Amino acid sequence: MDIGLNHYLVVGLLVFLAGLFTVLTRRNAIGVLMGVELVLNSANINYIAFSRFGSGGYEGQIFSIFVIMLAAAEAAIGLAIVLGIYRKFKTIDVEEVDSLRG
Amino acid sequence: MTNPVLVDYLRWIVIAPLCGAAINGLAGAWLQKRFGKHAVTAVALVPIAISFVLALTAFRQLLGLEPEHRFLLDQVSKWIHIGHLKVDMAFWSDPLSSMMTLVITGIGGLIHLYSVGYMSEEPSYWRYFTYLNLFTAAMLTLVLGDSLLTLFVGWEGVGLCSYALIGFWHKEWANASAGSKAFIVNRVGDFGFVLGMFGLFWALDETGQGTLVFRELAERVHLLNGQTIAGMAAATFITLMMFVGATGKSAQIPLYVWLPDAMAGPTPVSALIHAATMVTAGVYMICRLNFLFDMAPTTLHVVAAVGTLTAFFAATIGVAQWDIKKVLAYSTVSQLGFMFLAMGVGAYTTGVFHLFTHAFFKACLFLGSGSVIHALHHEQDMRNMGGLKKYMPITFWTFLLATLALCGIPPFAGFFSKDEILWKAFSSPLGSPVLWAIGTLTAGFTAFYMFRQVFLVFYGDYRGGHAAHGHDAAHAHDAGHGHHGDPHESPSLMTIPLVLLALGSVLVGFLNVPGALGGHHLFDQWLAPVIVKAQVEHGAAAGPGAAAGHGVEAALERGEKDLERGAEALAHDAETFEHGVEHDPWEYILMGVSVSVALGGILLAWLMYRRKSIDPSTFSEAWGGGPYRAVYNKYWVDELYDATVVRGTLALSRLLSTFDRVVVDGLVNGAGWLVRQISVFEGAFDRVVVDGLVNLVGSTSLALGNRARELQTGHIYSYLYAIVIGVVVVMFARLL
Repeated sequence: MDIGLNHYLVVGLLVFLAGLFTVLTRRNAIGVLMGVELVLNSANINYIAFSRFGSGGYEGQIFSIFVIMLAAAEAAIGLAIVLGIYRKFKTIDVEEVDSLRG
Repeated sequence: MTNPVLVDYLRWIVIAPLCGAAINGLAGAWLQKRFGKHAVTAVALVPIAISFVLALTAFRQLLGLEPEHRFLLDQVSKWIHIGHLKVDMAFWSDPLSSMMTLVITGIGGLIHLYSVGYMSEEPSYWRYFTYLNLFTAAMLTLVLGDSLLTLFVGWEGVGLCSYALIGFWHKEWANASAGSKAFIVNRVGDFGFVLGMFGLFWALDETGQGTLVFRELAERVHLLNGQTIAGMAAATFITLMMFVGATGKSAQIPLYVWLPDAMAGPTPVSALIHAATMVTAGVYMICRLNFLFDMAPTTLHVVAAVGTLTAFFAATIGVAQWDIKKVLAYSTVSQLGFMFLAMGVGAYTTGVFHLFTHAFFKACLFLGSGSVIHALHHEQDMRNMGGLKKYMPITFWTFLLATLALCGIPPFAGFFSKDEILWKAFSSPLGSPVLWAIGTLTAGFTAFYMFRQVFLVFYGDYRGGHAAHGHDAAHAHDAGHGHHGDPHESPSLMTIPLVLLALGSVLVGFLNVPGALGGHHLFDQWLAPVIVKAQVEHGAAAGPGAAAGHGVEAALERGEKDLERGAEALAHDAETFEHGVEHDPWEYILMGVSVSVALGGILLAWLMYRRKSIDPSTFSEAWGGGPYRAVYNKYWVDELYDATVVRGTLALSRLLSTFDRVVVDGLVNGAGWLVRQISVFEGAFDRVVVDGLVNLVGSTSLALGNRARELQTGHIYSYLYAIVIGVVVVMFARLL
């Protein structure tokens, strides 16, 4: 069978869902960040797919490099925040960090 | 009546003592402390002197006028002008008023002088003279007033001052209550007076001629013919009511009970008020309104009957009394009864003449008794006196002369006046031999008890021990005195008035010597312009025909004719003054009888109390001692009044007070209770409903807020979850 656009999109969707699931359900803060990476990567897959099969052009691929860069920056900051949380709460379990509870 | 002579000095006769009272009343205590009693005396005596001089001036001015024109008027100011009622503040002087004014200021002045000596030890000296001056002013208003209303102002004023002076030593309960008794009993009489005034004005006003001014009344009184009030002839009703007032003021049955108790006051007060002036106000009033009384023969009969009965009644009580002043008090009531007897038989001027002579000898007697009381340090019981003739000669001789005058022994004043009354009682068409007989019997009693008094007080041995001390009405003042042993004559300030009054008692009788004895009835002539000829018209007695029985009607018609004959008789007498016409032999016979009866009374008193040949107990034990006990206890009239009127009034007031407390207060308290209950309910409503609603709003917001708060979990994942859901909703909303 030929691997067409749809296949890439479905993969992208699956990765997105996995990432979403991970964000919503992980107790470990770093696990949440991993989930965020997955979501971002799914977006990347989408861009690439459309760049290869879609109307063409290389904007998709270029954009995808930006996204990777962004993801890296964001991961760095996210880890810095997790470090801060750890210092304060002595734990990185998100269920424990509920000081803003009303 | 012709037009009066207008003057402007009569008002000062009244105003001067009023000023004296005002000054002494407001500043007397200070004056007395700063300058001593002499200052107070001066302030009190000068106005009386002024009034006396002015009274003499008025008298002389009247003498200079023709008899029909003897009439001075002093219009002071407008007073009441309402509808038809026009009464001004005005004083008038006609023969009657000027005579009364001279008596009040003259004898009153002597009594003021006497009081200076009698009350010299009194700390409330200034208060005494304030009231005395105030009384004089009120009495002068009474006799000088030109209308019934002004007379009434004075009438009430003397009642008030009588109360104040009787209860002068008010710290003793007995004195204060005697004052109250006098005032209250007077008030009952005043009620009658007021009703009479109302009736008079109202009846006259039926014809649009309402007035209360005397000179106008004299002209308009005939308008009362045919009018009725309360089912009887207007004139009869009015005069009966006015007579009720007179019984109160002049101590006749049934309102005489205050006079004996009034002896609680200082003796000069008894002399002035209860002998010479206030009690004579009733007699004055009837004489003033003679034209009105002439229209009501029924009332005149009542007046004569009451007067005679009172005279006899009081005389019987007087024979059993031991207090020197009480004897004189009952004697006053008795003599006033004689005056009313005279008025009741139409002999107005004779009654007034007796008033005149009585003022002299009764004042002298009271002042004399005061002299005795003062000398014996407020001893008033005659059983503790005796033999004072040698210790107090002036007092004795004046007292004796006054007593002879009172008993009607010629040629003293009382003979001419009392005898004239008895003669008129017998001969007047309105009189009857019965009245004469009772009057003569009373005169006998009078002579008896008066000489009983003279013998007990002045003859025999002095029975007062050194332990004699003040009795009933006196206030304790012996502290600074000490007992002087034998009694002695009073100071000249007290004896000079005695002498002058005794002189009067001897001489003034000659002012009215009857024609039968060769005289010219000068006094009666002087007063003649005051007596308006009877204006009885046919039909005056026809008014009350419906209510009156046949017998009464016939009597009234007879009365009418009697009046006409009486008026003719008076006029006849007036004509015969100068002509020396033969007089009715009965007059001489009756004269002789009355003198003999008086002498008989004196003889009996002499036998019982001087010679001691008749034992008084033969009378006091007679018929089981019953009659004696009755008169000694004053016929228990005071007890009767107490049991009926006094207790009745107190019971009524208790009843009304209970009603006030239970019903009226109950309603008020009930209203308060109701308001309280309503407020409780309202409070509950306020708490439960209103506050509840407010709280409900609050709690609802709280509840909502609490639910809303649950969104803030503090967990990141739940927020992310919400975002995801939101994005999905937005995406699919676009598709829908």
